[in-house]
Amino acid sequence: MSPLLLPLLVPFVAAVACAFFQKSLKTQRTISFIAASFHLIASCSLLQTIRTDGIQVYLNGGWPARIGIALVGDLFSGIMLVITGLISLTVLIYSFKEMDNKLQSRAYFPLFNFLMMGVNGSFITGDMFNLYVWFEVMLLSSFILLAMGKKADQLEGSIKYVTINLFSSILFLSGAAIIYAKTGSLNMADIAQIIANSPDEKLLNSTAVLLLSSFGIKSALFPMFLWLPASYHTPAVSISSLFAGLLTKVGVYAMIRTFTLIFPLNNGLLQDLFYVIAILTMVVGVLCAAAQYEIRKILSVHIVSQIGYMVLGISLFTPLGIAGAIFYLLHNIIVKTNLFLLSGVILRKKGSCELKEIGGLYKSYPYFSTIFVLSAFALAGIPPLSGFWAKFIVLKAAADSKAYLLLGVGLAVGVVTLFSMTKIWAEAFWKKQPEEFPGEGIDTGTAPWQMMLPILFLTLCTFGLGIFGESIFQLCIETSTQLLDPSQYIHAVLGDS
Amino acid sequence: METLIAILIGILFAGGVYCLLQRSLVRLVIGIMLIGQAANLLTFAASGLTRKHTAIIKSGAQTLEAPYADPLPQALVLTAIVIGFGFTAFCLALLHRTYKTLGHDDLDKFNTTDTEK
Repeated sequence: MSPLLLPLLVPFVAAVACAFFQKSLKTQRTISFIAASFHLIASCSLLQTIRTDGIQVYLNGGWPARIGIALVGDLFSGIMLVITGLISLTVLIYSFKEMDNKLQSRAYFPLFNFLMMGVNGSFITGDMFNLYVWFEVMLLSSFILLAMGKKADQLEGSIKYVTINLFSSILFLSGAAIIYAKTGSLNMADIAQIIANSPDEKLLNSTAVLLLSSFGIKSALFPMFLWLPASYHTPAVSISSLFAGLLTKVGVYAMIRTFTLIFPLNNGLLQDLFYVIAILTMVVGVLCAAAQYEIRKILSVHIVSQIGYMVLGISLFTPLGIAGAIFYLLHNIIVKTNLFLLSGVILRKKGSCELKEIGGLYKSYPYFSTIFVLSAFALAGIPPLSGFWAKFIVLKAAADSKAYLLLGVGLAVGVVTLFSMTKIWAEAFWKKQPEEFPGEGIDTGTAPWQMMLPILFLTLCTFGLGIFGESIFQLCIETSTQLLDPSQYIHAVLGDS
Repeated sequence: METLIAILIGILFAGGVYCLLQRSLVRLVIGIMLIGQAANLLTFAASGLTRKHTAIIKSGAQTLEAPYADPLPQALVLTAIVIGFGFTAFCLALLHRTYKTLGHDDLDKFNTTDTEK
């Protein structure tokens, strides 16, 4: 069996198995845990195979790529699969204790596994329409996870999230249909080859912009990001950290894939559009974050401005720029998930995430506070943590391309990011507990190890990404070289024909 | 025929967006359904429409003889329709639950997650 099938089959089998053991939470937990660990191991070995043997292709049903659906694993897919495995395992362990049992018994585990299947499927598919289908698998699971619990604000957030995401799927479907109308193919490699041979800008730009709007909504780019702060803070912390870490990044993945392979950005108009979007996303996102007073909301809006850095990397379209975007992607997935997990602990200890209602965390929990501050610094980009290298690579790429406006905006946004993280620190950790709010959470002692272990592990990952930055950076450079030379991908999928 | 379908797709998209911009939850779902149908039609019409030429190999022949209708958009639209059904069902359930919990269906009042905690 091709190793490419494992990231799809493992979550699928686990989801179905969990659905069978609806009564026993313990069995569901064990199954999901085994599946997530296996997923991580399988992804790591797949990445290793891709590094040594080159791009892996699996043709479904043995049909040639032009006719059937191809699964393709290149370095970029491999990296994304590994990081997905990492996040799914940590968040799963965290959710055992964080979510109450009633919520867990509401089909949480099957949905979690289906969500993972959707995410993995999006990463390894080589077919436009199939990508749409995986997006839908992912979306439907995420809709239900978001609405699970049925609180009023959750339902309200869900309505916004569902509407805008359905709209973006419809745009994507239309884009795929128009691509098929223009090229007669849905296989990404084949489309890329056809478009490279007959570049007709007027026809292609319309489709490219349609796809850009669709992926832009999914990854919360300016001006289509307002659904994100309206919905991400409403569900259980485990679910929102999973969403914050992974779901918007799938949009970024699709964007990098499409705009390196199918519509390479060396075309003037699109690249300008990317520049403008990157700047506005960074600036507006970080300013919105500075205006918020709820920890999870601040973190949600921060996702937007961080996505701006990734788009900045893509828009430069140099090897260093794309490598920077990928490094940023990895860093952001780890740090953002970790910060959300940390906010869950605060919620548990203080009963609120509202900055006005909490305080004194540093005095009562010094070790926990240190961990928080490490992640916050990583997000703001303080050396030697991962955020510094991520920002440094992206901004270095901007300087190399003489895009000084991008460079300046990137630096300024970094400062404002630091400001809003300091705000959380000053309000929640340093200030005394406000007298009118008792701040009694359900948990006054130490948090359970199931919650602290994932946090510690992700913090170590942040350090690792910073300290062993060079080898990770090498991998990112290899990946971006592979991405910027689509002939390798096309050759691997279509063969010599 | 294609012109007619194209105009129809345009009308459906416009109608759907109009419904999305209304204040009521029910119209929101109707709007999504209309836009979904427009996208399905677009997929269906993607490779051009042919009449009376099914994609079936005649008995005795080894390959299809041109002209024939492209079967792939039909397969795609079938998938898209099934997915669309699922989503519409979910949307209706969500709408029902939201209406029961919040007690109103005025989208203008849906701003507590943006303004308050």
